[in-house]
Amino acid sequence: MPTYPILEYLWIVALLPLLGSAVNGLFGAKWPNTIVNWVAIGSTGLSFLAALEAVREFFDYFARNHQAFHKIFFTWIAAGNFRAGFDLQMDQLTVVMVLVVTGVGWLIHIYATGYMAHEGGYYRFFSYLNLFMFFMLILVLAANYVLLFVGWEGVGLSSYLLIGFYFLKKSASDAGKKAFIVNRIGDFGFMLGMFLLFKRFETLDFVQLSAKADLWPAETMWHLGTFTVACLLLFMGACGKSAQLPLYVWLPDAMEGPTPVSALIHAATMVTAGVYVVARSHILFAHSETAMLTVAIVGCATAFFAATIGLVQTDIKRVLAYSTVSQLGYMFLACGVGAFSAGIFHLMTHAFFKALLFLAAGSVIHAMGGEQDMDRMGGLSKKIRWTYVTMLTATLAIAGFPPFAGFFSKDSILLSAFQNTYGGRRVGYTLYAFGLATALLTAFYMFRLIFLTFKGKQRYDEHQVHVHESPNNMLAPLMILALLSTVGGWLAAPAFLPGGTDYFTKFLQPVFGGLEVGGAEAEAHSLELWLAGVAVAIALTGALFAYWLYLKRPGKADGLAHSLKSAYTTLLNKYYVDELYAAAVVRPLLWISTNALWKATDVAGIDGAVNGIAAGATSIGDGLRHTQSGNTRSYAVWVVVGAIVIIAVIFFWPASGKPALGMVH
Amino acid sequence: MVPTNYYVILSAILFGLGVFAFIFKRNVITIFMSIELMLNAVNLAFVAFSQALGKLDGQVFVLFVIVVAAAEAAVGLGIIILIARNRQTLNVERVDLLKL
Repeated sequence: MPTYPILEYLWIVALLPLLGSAVNGLFGAKWPNTIVNWVAIGSTGLSFLAALEAVREFFDYFARNHQAFHKIFFTWIAAGNFRAGFDLQMDQLTVVMVLVVTGVGWLIHIYATGYMAHEGGYYRFFSYLNLFMFFMLILVLAANYVLLFVGWEGVGLSSYLLIGFYFLKKSASDAGKKAFIVNRIGDFGFMLGMFLLFKRFETLDFVQLSAKADLWPAETMWHLGTFTVACLLLFMGACGKSAQLPLYVWLPDAMEGPTPVSALIHAATMVTAGVYVVARSHILFAHSETAMLTVAIVGCATAFFAATIGLVQTDIKRVLAYSTVSQLGYMFLACGVGAFSAGIFHLMTHAFFKALLFLAAGSVIHAMGGEQDMDRMGGLSKKIRWTYVTMLTATLAIAGFPPFAGFFSKDSILLSAFQNTYGGRRVGYTLYAFGLATALLTAFYMFRLIFLTFKGKQRYDEHQVHVHESPNNMLAPLMILALLSTVGGWLAAPAFLPGGTDYFTKFLQPVFGGLEVGGAEAEAHSLELWLAGVAVAIALTGALFAYWLYLKRPGKADGLAHSLKSAYTTLLNKYYVDELYAAAVVRPLLWISTNALWKATDVAGIDGAVNGIAAGATSIGDGLRHTQSGNTRSYAVWVVVGAIVIIAVIFFWPASGKPALGMVH
Repeated sequence: MVPTNYYVILSAILFGLGVFAFIFKRNVITIFMSIELMLNAVNLAFVAFSQALGKLDGQVFVLFVIVVAAAEAAVGLGIIILIARNRQTLNVERVDLLKL
């Protein structure tokens, strides 16, 4: 029996960033940046290495045992037949997630040492960032829903801390609160889902739950059984965390955080936690047609909806934020049509190219001295060549051009949507159509971003902005990610290519098993080829249209915006969703809080009772004070009165039956 | 033989007078004397009951009361002398340092 030094102590992968966070957080304030760097990068780097070793050991373990690695470290909560433990597990899905989280996380840490070099609170930033890594690793390594929820809430906390990193800025601290509160709504659903699952299956362990759930028949459309309700509730949590309709509103505002945070938390890892949960609960979801269809429709709608908003934004990070929401929608679409491995594959490639896009955008912002408005950029490609090249790579990847990573993942999602059987073929075609339209929009707004930022005339004052390429510690992660964005997709080369095998789906086969739809049946090859051709053509159309609108005829974009004024302003104002929420939810809640909870309950009720008792005691004391006049004779009167009262009581006390004082007969 | 009732009534009258004087007189010495009056009213009652019941207990009590009254007189008069020295008055209404 071989030993697995890291796998047996899997918690070490998660613990290393926590140590880094604690050390930096407690002692970092007085240290120079170099030491903080070493602690932060060292702890995450070691975590990455430990993860690699754990994965290597897991492959060995899996080859021998043919099952997921599962280990109970200690029992955390035990009450009745409920047990929640610090149990970690590793299977193929975990492998993907852990490597993405530690690998991309490590690169972003390196990048951040350059990006944040001149910022205050340097140690605080890295302490939070490491804390995030810890919770994210707990989330993906957890073997039950309760522990997963610990990580889930922990990453929410870290996200809140990092969005509000510039807490002196009102908009930043507001954005942090918004993210936290909107996530609370989702978490509420997530918890209810957990309770329901426990009530029905009496376990929250992934393996046991899946085994028990498998014994039950699937629920048909519109049947609101345990599976459907529990899955919808879990999906509600996923919607909050992964910024799907209608809870996506926090993510664009989260761009107030430093750019490495946007890259790590709000693009590559944390926001994909919802997709991970859906994929992790795939057996539950597969038992409910309603839930699957809901996931697919919400994902598809979000993808399209967010992409349209992204068309007109001028803040470079906001475009990317809406793009993230849109791409997350793709992942849910994939999960919803049953192509879980395609969703996870897109999660991985998206982590590469979206992290790269954000980091490159950060490099642009760095070069422009903090400017984020694309209207005040332009013509940067020659001045920051490496940033341009890497960002172009990521753009090609997200737009879905072969051979970049996004092509393969998006292609397999669209194929799965096309072949969808939940709710009938027509639903599948509709989903496919919207997915394709989103691909068009994606290509358009991404190339719009490239052209506005890097091409055309420069629209900034050269005397005020000293454009400079970023330091090497920022460029190196960009290049590694650019490489991954290019080759990362080859893991799942579609079968119509010579020698093409979907290694990724095969790799995840032990997790998702026979649930997968789509795939590489021989008769589907020509269909797949056709769909891929259509997708590339669509992406090309979007890119060319952006080229025509922003480079060939620079005035045309404004003219188009003018002629479609109402549509343009609606998009620019993000469909007025924030305003709608403010009117429908925020302001009524504020009103109730102010009038009912604060003024009526708290001030009048609780404070009133406490203060009233105090005031009553004061006034009684004030009254009694007058009895203590200092006048000895009045005391004498009280003595007499007291004596009379005592005698009267002794004589006339009814219960005593006979007089207490002996009478003379 | 004088009936016990008479003694008790006299005792009550004396006690009431003591109480009355205790409350309404202003001079500390008078108040002090009224306390003595009350004590002795009680003594009278004790003695009367002692005789009526043919027991000695009441008379023993009286002796105790007299002892206590003597001690009280010693302490009380000492206090009165101090009050008189410090405040140049024996009027209780002027002795109001206990006031808040």
